Amino acid sequence: MHTSLVERFGGFGTRFMSLLRYVGGAVLLFVETVLWCFVPPFRWRHVLHQMMQIGVASLPIVFLTSIFTGIVLALQSAYQLQQISARLYIANLVALSMTRELGPVLTALVVAGRCGASITAEIGTMKVTEQIDALQTLATNPVRYLVVPRFLATLIMLPLLTVYADVIGMFGGYMVGVWKLGIGHGVYINMTESSLMLKDVTTGLIKSVAFSVIISIIGCYQGFVTGGGAEGVGRATTVSVVTSFILIISADCLFTALFYFAF
Amino acid sequence: MIEIINLTKSFSGRKVLDNLNLTIRTGETMVIIGGSGCGKSVLLKHMMGILKPESGQVMIDNQDIARLQGERLDEIRVKFGMLFQGAALFDSLTVFENVAFTALEHGMHDEAKVHAKVREKLALVGLRGIERMKPAELSGGMRKRVGLARALFTDPETVLYDEPTTGLDPIMADVINDLIIQMHERFSVTSVAVTHDMTSAYKIADRIAMLYEGKIIEVGTPDEIKKTSNPVVAQFIRGEAEGPITRTSRLRDMQDHHEEAPYERADRA
Ligand SMILES: Nc1ncnc2c1ncn2[C@@H]1O[C@H](COP(=O)(O)OP(=O)(O)OP(=O)(O)O)[C@@H](O)[C@H]1O
Ligand SMILES: [Mg+2]
Repeated sequence: MHTSLVERFGGFGTRFMSLLRYVGGAVLLFVETVLWCFVPPFRWRHVLHQMMQIGVASLPIVFLTSIFTGIVLALQSAYQLQQISARLYIANLVALSMTRELGPVLTALVVAGRCGASITAEIGTMKVTEQIDALQTLATNPVRYLVVPRFLATLIMLPLLTVYADVIGMFGGYMVGVWKLGIGHGVYINMTESSLMLKDVTTGLIKSVAFSVIISIIGCYQGFVTGGGAEGVGRATTVSVVTSFILIISADCLFTALFYFAF
Repeated sequence: MIEIINLTKSFSGRKVLDNLNLTIRTGETMVIIGGSGCGKSVLLKHMMGILKPESGQVMIDNQDIARLQGERLDEIRVKFGMLFQGAALFDSLTVFENVAFTALEHGMHDEAKVHAKVREKLALVGLRGIERMKPAELSGGMRKRVGLARALFTDPETVLYDEPTTGLDPIMADVINDLIIQMHERFSVTSVAVTHDMTSAYKIADRIAMLYEGKIIEVGTPDEIKKTSNPVVAQFIRGEAEGPITRTSRLRDMQDHHEEAPYERADRA
């Protein structure tokens, strides 16, 4: 009886320690990555390559998620708003929800699932096949060679993808509002423009910058701590995506609260 | 000179290297033999500072490699070449980019020169015309040899070979043996080679060291090793199933059965 209690607390202790080690490791990796970003020579070719992988290749799936989200948002708010005869306001609702919340979050989740996972799988495979060790023997810093390009590429591409998602989402709302519910084209555009303030877009972009750090750093860190062959890579990939999702959602909550009280 | 002093390393509580001492003189070819899983690759990785010792030192020309960092460490590493057991080629890069990795990464931009050098190193290991292939398209033996070409690309002063001839046909294996001997005779390269292949070991070695239970239990010239009085070494070099090595490990297996070894538990957690 009492041994099980000891075991439980012991298990809690080690689990807590390993959580601390994880957080510490990820933070250290982040700091090291940022420092390397300022050390020339810069490898723009690698960054560009990653930007293609992360950004350009994500365009189709981001398009799909945001257009459907825009449509659904418009339909759902139309359902609510027509009860108070305020259907016009779906333009505002779609624009604000997309830019402040859904654009950044959905894009981040999609990119985490798509690119965070592949970052972990790629680096994890390199880890278990000793390619990371080989990099070191060739006098190349793995953080600089592998993490920095992915970090920078995500940092640049995620906000851009977010703006793209905002626009597509609003277009989804427009489709419903103008083509289906008969709101005038000019009216819808006007309502959208007047409801949007610069801070709505910028707060969304600030969020997406934070999300990009989460995606690239967790993806890379999880890759570096991979052990145990193909099975280990699979496990690391799952953990990477789950961790990124949780962190993105909680960071979003935090930011939203912060912006709500600050502005 | 590589001096390994009281090197200890464990993984999840299990000692793999245990107070190990070994000195590799400049210009000699040292062959390390030992059973599978006894820590030979781990030992090699300590010599390039990829793994850090738990205690003890690895001195490269009187500098403790575990204490070096950044550029100072890289300065030493460029004088080393290492062939990994599994070749460890970068699979997103072509053979050319793999072999010329250091040149491309550390700014040597005379393309014609780089190409010529890559061709030369590939020819050295008996390969040609594969520059544009990806590692996934190569056979295991070819990959190993590309790994060797990559290790030799910078004309290192010291080369570490992890099982250079495993997975090669007997003729190719002998080509690699000759290559290692040539590196020694023509360029006075210091070589450390891990191998199970005793024919190869006798042929290339100036001295042979046997790693057993975390320690170097015997060092000597091939002739001395052949005449060894140590029963463990004798069993190993003759490749006999019966002897002190198998007896102790069988005993350990029986114990493991009763009390689970701690590292196994940690692995699963
Ligand atoms: N990164 C690591 N994490 C945990 N354990 C490790 C690690 N690297 C090696 N080991 C353990 O250390 C021991 C020695 O491994 P090593 O690869 O050095 O063996 P080896 O002598 O090279 O064997 P082989 O001849 O089969 O290549 C093994 O039992 C292995 O389980
Ligand atoms: Mg090995």
